[in-house]
Amino acid sequence: MGLVLPLLIFLGVTFLAPLGTMLVRSVYDPVVADALPATLTALREWNGEGLPPEAAYEAAAGEIGAAREARTLGQVASRANRLQSGLRGVFTRTGRDLREVVEGPWRDAMAAIDSAWVDPGTWHAIRAAGERITARHYLNALDMQRLADGSVARQPEERRIYLPLLWRTLLVSLAITVFCLVLGYPIAHLIAHARPRRAGLLLALVLVPFWTSLLVRTTSWIVLLQTQGVVNDLLVAIGLIGDDGRLSMVYNMTGTLVAMTHVLLPFMVLPLYSVMRSIPPLHMRAAASMGATPAQAFRRVYWPQTLPGVGAGSLLVFILAIGYYITPALVGGSSGQLISNMVAYHMQTSLNWGLAAALGALLLVGVLVLYLLYDRLVGVERMSLG
Amino acid sequence: MIGARVGRIGYLAFCTCVFIFLVAPIIVIVPLSFNAEPYFTFTEGMLRLDPEAWSLRWYREIVENEAWTRGLVNSLVIGVSATLLATVLGTLAALGLSSPAMPARRFITGLLISPMVTPVIIAAAGMFFFYTNLGLAQTHLGLILAHATLGLPFVVITVVATLSAFDRNLTRAAASLGAGPVRTFRTVQLPLIAPGVISGALFAFATSFDEVVVVLFMGGLEQRTIPRQMWAGIREQISPAILAVATFLIVFALALLFTVEWLRRRAS
Repeated sequence: MGLVLPLLIFLGVTFLAPLGTMLVRSVYDPVVADALPATLTALREWNGEGLPPEAAYEAAAGEIGAAREARTLGQVASRANRLQSGLRGVFTRTGRDLREVVEGPWRDAMAAIDSAWVDPGTWHAIRAAGERITARHYLNALDMQRLADGSVARQPEERRIYLPLLWRTLLVSLAITVFCLVLGYPIAHLIAHARPRRAGLLLALVLVPFWTSLLVRTTSWIVLLQTQGVVNDLLVAIGLIGDDGRLSMVYNMTGTLVAMTHVLLPFMVLPLYSVMRSIPPLHMRAAASMGATPAQAFRRVYWPQTLPGVGAGSLLVFILAIGYYITPALVGGSSGQLISNMVAYHMQTSLNWGLAAALGALLLVGVLVLYLLYDRLVGVERMSLG
Repeated sequence: MIGARVGRIGYLAFCTCVFIFLVAPIIVIVPLSFNAEPYFTFTEGMLRLDPEAWSLRWYREIVENEAWTRGLVNSLVIGVSATLLATVLGTLAALGLSSPAMPARRFITGLLISPMVTPVIIAAAGMFFFYTNLGLAQTHLGLILAHATLGLPFVVITVVATLSAFDRNLTRAAASLGAGPVRTFRTVQLPLIAPGVISGALFAFATSFDEVVVVLFMGGLEQRTIPRQMWAGIREQISPAILAVATFLIVFALALLFTVEWLRRRAS
């Protein structure tokens, strides 16, 4: 136990704490609450109908000015903007123009700067953004929204983004798993029952891609599949397609499917191979001697014995596929993106880290469930590397 | 009988296609990296084996381009440090996991291997949040710790596998002859599990050497590694120099593969 402790502590700091931070981020967002405390207190008096009391306007005017001074107004504005689009500009304008206003009534002053301040929706958005501990990132990640009366409803059909994407990720992962099984099963069988020298050579053909850099393999697929690429050139050269009929096989879903199947195929072949190797050839001969056709012998004798390998390989490929990021990002174009790419988008481009964290947390839970299933069915200690 | 024959031929043809699918993309890269033109496909000259159409210009470009050489240095510094860290911690943990007195073995093994199955985008996002708080974002140390974490499962898996073939009587014999635990480890256990440890280390190094997502999230300009530079190349200014780097990485992967296979054969 003492020997394991250093690593457990190390992982605790370098891995579990970061995951924990992400989970906290997905429900905790203090920016608005810290910047507009008095405004939010004043809004507690407000029943949500009509406009809030003058006290809320006065507090908001003071705190928006202070946030502008402290340079946090942009962060506050972008959070409010996510709940009601257009509010970013409202905050920026108000912060700028309020400097000229020295006394109330604040409601009229703010309404003069922007009519959004006499729209109750603005105040609902501020109140919602002010929740320190919030479920809104998860609601957002599940394509739901909180209505003004506090009830939760699904987004209208055309505004649903994440559930369809989650669904697409599952389907794509499933398709890749099936492709890997269909391609991997025969070659695992061939390697497992070949003579040792040849088996070693064939196994090397599986291990070379396994060891080759992922970026290299992804680049190769771009080179092969792009419109002016090797495969299209070849098809044109042999006259199968015309020069104007070049296929688009990359920067779309086809690219994602082909490249990911290639990348994940070794993870299917290796467990299959190790299971098949332990099946004595005698079993098939015995089945044949008792009158089974090759198909019957395969179905009733061989296939059932390979099921542990099929399960292990399929689960591993599926687990790796649903969280895949690099390959879809590089060859997926816009139609071949998966849920991980959305996490990256919100981390790097939209900077909506709370939503990125919530999407990441949902993905993490999914992977965790599959990992536990893998442990139950296969056992993590039996995970081997080639 | 004829049906069986046809089936056999079909099966072998299918397998051949799959092997081509596996290897062709990697092989195609190599000749294309000698393209004299800035294209990603075979020019007519190349197909005619015209020596003018083949050139080393992309190799010259990567050797002379400071971005790539700095990337190589960063990759090596981060990769070697992360590997050392992962190998020491992972080997110790594997020794602990393999001891018969280990409590909650299954749970802890699962925990130690979890960085391997966690989607790297999630790990990278979490590390970005957490390491930024610690001031470790955009530092080499931060990336070393992150890469060591991602490489650890490989060390644990390979060393545990080697230890499962290890005869515990050997350590008992050493102890009965008066060797302390440290001496027993150094003179009896370590030489026997060394191939597993080295394999694990190579896996960990390969992981770090190919890692791009964490670098993307946490690394600054000063921490650009080779994969990060490739990523930028593929996304932004695509040039066949990438194919030259790719060829270098393929040769590197082959070297790693043969070393690991050689070690495996020696161990068994």
